Amino acid sequence: MVPYAGWEMPVRYDGVIAEHLAVRATAGAFDVSHMGQIETTGPAARDLLERLCTNDVSRIAIGGAQYSLLLREDGGVLDDLFSYRLADQRYLTVTNAANHERDLAWFRDHAAGFDAQVIDRAADYAMIAVQGPLAREIVQAIANSPLPERMTIGERTIDGVQMLVAGTGYTGEDGVELLLDPADARAVWDELLRRGAKPAGLAARDTLRTEACYHLYGNDLDTRRGPIEAGLGWCARAGGGYIGAEAVAAVRAAGPAELLVPFVITDRGAARAGDLVLGGGIVTSGTFSPTLEMGIGLAYLPAAMAVVGTEFEIDVRGKHRRARVEKRPLLKV
Amino acid sequence: MAEASYPQDLLYHPEHDWARIEGDVATFGITWHAQDALGEVVFFDPPAAGAQVTQHEPYAEVESVKAVSDVIAPLSGEVIEVNVALGEEPEAINEDPYGAGWIVKVRLSDPAQAQALLARDAYVALLA
Repeated sequence: MVPYAGWEMPVRYDGVIAEHLAVRATAGAFDVSHMGQIETTGPAARDLLERLCTNDVSRIAIGGAQYSLLLREDGGVLDDLFSYRLADQRYLTVTNAANHERDLAWFRDHAAGFDAQVIDRAADYAMIAVQGPLAREIVQAIANSPLPERMTIGERTIDGVQMLVAGTGYTGEDGVELLLDPADARAVWDELLRRGAKPAGLAARDTLRTEACYHLYGNDLDTRRGPIEAGLGWCARAGGGYIGAEAVAAVRAAGPAELLVPFVITDRGAARAGDLVLGGGIVTSGTFSPTLEMGIGLAYLPAAMAVVGTEFEIDVRGKHRRARVEKRPLLKV
Repeated sequence: MAEASYPQDLLYHPEHDWARIEGDVATFGITWHAQDALGEVVFFDPPAAGAQVTQHEPYAEVESVKAVSDVIAPLSGEVIEVNVALGEEPEAINEDPYGAGWIVKVRLSDPAQAQALLARDAYVALLA
């Protein structure tokens, strides 16, 4: 267990590699209760979210889900988020634990003039992600009705407990995320394990998401860089109207100076976050890939170098290790 | 290796390395605690035979999924044999840290340096 943002975090149960491979081969269960939740409710809930979030919130159908970014005026990324539309005028946004309080303050500071209520729901939900090719089968067996499809959310009864079930995740695998009363979480967790989900820690979650090329806030995203540089222009809507839109439009027009790209190490070994790229650039995520059995990661490179197939070198603790820009995702599931 | 173990016949360096001294030659490795803290070792580059190692100084790196760690020499001397099998099977460091996971054999330049090392119980007390 490792302390993080006020939580005791389950980093490793058995072994990172075994947990990682179990998620790829069968199913893993992750306790991600540290994730925060903000509910936005009211006639102008959508308008408020449209003002705060880069993605096109108007496209979220009832029961739908959407990945989005929260930006400052200068385009720096405050957080990356999933917003779920629970009802016509009711949204639930999942935040990163370390950013939750800042996000909540940001929501509230900008809610003036909107007929919407911003409610902190972080203490109301435990969160369990069940991920992997057998994840749905395991959860479906204890569900009262068919599970929500990918990128949708709905209320279900799982193992006798009413909860929100979302067809989302952070591993690249199919699966669901369960948002439930913390008082019920232990029993549901135990039942999932009894039915074959392997407990997987946050270290495995990180290697899985790196293979899938999902961003980690604090590593691959922060206030110093914007969505275009991060390769997240696809979720920054062209029409603007959100905080930071002008800054994003300027980078889009001029072209970014650097871009986040996935890479593999073609030498032995792995690069780590913070390692510098020769010729400019920095590794923001780096790990050994249990599936590919090689060093992989994400790095910001000067735009001219950020082209698939480009070979470059990383200073890894004084040794120069060769790397190559790859297509995303690094692992196709 | 699920169960912690610290053999009585070894000497321990506080930075989680062990030495098995036989005459003027010692075998080095990392302790159960070190491999457990690192997690599964995925890369290991052995030092070259003939290399000089210095007590308390790093002489090799072990790399796990999540981190890289220096391996500290518990004693000084010249590397006379390296466990080349670890290049292909670095997981032996996890599975058998005092056996198949040994790292190097060193001809000691100053066997008296062993006085600076810890006996088993003193090392285990350090971990508590």
